[in-house]
Amino acid sequence: MMAVLLAMLRRDLANFLGGGRQGGALLPVLFFLSVALIVPLAVGPRADILAQVGPGVIWVAALLAAILPLDRLVEPDLETGFFDQMALRGVAEEALIAARIVSHWLTFAPPLLLATPIAAALMDIPGDRLLLLEVGLLAGTPGLAALGVTIAALTAGLRGGTALAGLLLIPLAVPLLIFGAGSIRDGGESGLALTAAISLGLVALAPFAGGAALRAARE
Amino acid sequence: METAFASSSDATLLRAEGLACRRGEKLLFTGLSLAVGAKEALQVAGPNGSGKTSLLRLLAGLSRPFAGTVARGGRIAMQDERHALDAHWPLERALAFWTRCDGAGQGAMEAAAARTGLADLMDVPVRYLSTGQRKRATLARILAQNAPLWLLDEPLSGLDEDAIAMVESLVSEHCTMGGACVIASHQPLRIAGLSRLALADFAP
Repeated sequence: MMAVLLAMLRRDLANFLGGGRQGGALLPVLFFLSVALIVPLAVGPRADILAQVGPGVIWVAALLAAILPLDRLVEPDLETGFFDQMALRGVAEEALIAARIVSHWLTFAPPLLLATPIAAALMDIPGDRLLLLEVGLLAGTPGLAALGVTIAALTAGLRGGTALAGLLLIPLAVPLLIFGAGSIRDGGESGLALTAAISLGLVALAPFAGGAALRAARE
Repeated sequence: METAFASSSDATLLRAEGLACRRGEKLLFTGLSLAVGAKEALQVAGPNGSGKTSLLRLLAGLSRPFAGTVARGGRIAMQDERHALDAHWPLERALAFWTRCDGAGQGAMEAAAARTGLADLMDVPVRYLSTGQRKRATLARILAQNAPLWLLDEPLSGLDEDAIAMVESLVSEHCTMGGACVIASHQPLRIAGLSRLALADFAP
């Protein structure tokens, strides 16, 4: 079973990075950067205001970027019968979802974390706040990935599933956003700790919720 | 290419008792019992919509029966209308993923591909393959999987004359080597010793 999961992880990473027709890992990052690019145009070039709203904007941009890959996380493999073939080989749905969270995070979060300094520079965010922002995103993105995969599993096969998935992700990600973005405002560690705690909780619960969703989709 | 399976010749590989299947509000079949032992092949016959695919999914454990039980005596290889291959990958890479999952070697995959007439198509992306070629690719996966029990859902659809003969001889060989096979098909099959189960007999 471990060998199967490792093989699947390799396959998923190749699929999510390359992406083929769906744009791969590059599209969410470009979206993320373009949001950081247009905010100074809309808000105006005053450095103090930008530095004030910048971290919050980057969190919102990260949240919106997390919506983009949702439709290719679960749906295609459900449609082609991939998950059925995995079930025949005795792989638990929970394990499938857990592996999918890992591969999604690996292809989504590191590019975002790498793009964050660029986005921060576009909005004149000072270095110490950039560090808080990076740590906060590092703590929060596993939770975002877990939410994303769970919601993708829940909405797979539904008509208009992608739009619904986006609508579902936003309210569920609000706690991450409040503590993640909030930690930068008061510069406190408690916000980061809470972000990490929520993230861990989501990662722990997601395989069970997502696994149940996969089984339900098969009936 | 394939080794004989460890089970003795009289072992039952699949047994179902009192199966009933419901799709939505409609009961498709009820009181269905069957047993398939090593070296046996069973054709599930019935018109479209009679529940052949649903029965195969119940037997595979992919869905739960409305009533009744299914017992399986070994690993299962299943083929249905969905190929479960990565469409933008070359056939070789797409099949290699599954042979890695099944713990089969490169040799097993190449032998299976040669047996199903795919040796020349291994570097073609799956999305460029025709329906029949994809069907043969899923057969190659089943061959390399080396599972005692095969469940084939409409294995002949989209295949030409030669490929149909190939499927029939593959099933015969598999059964001779101690495997078992359940085939859902409305088409006649030329397989020696094939028993037949008409789903219409179990309609409620």
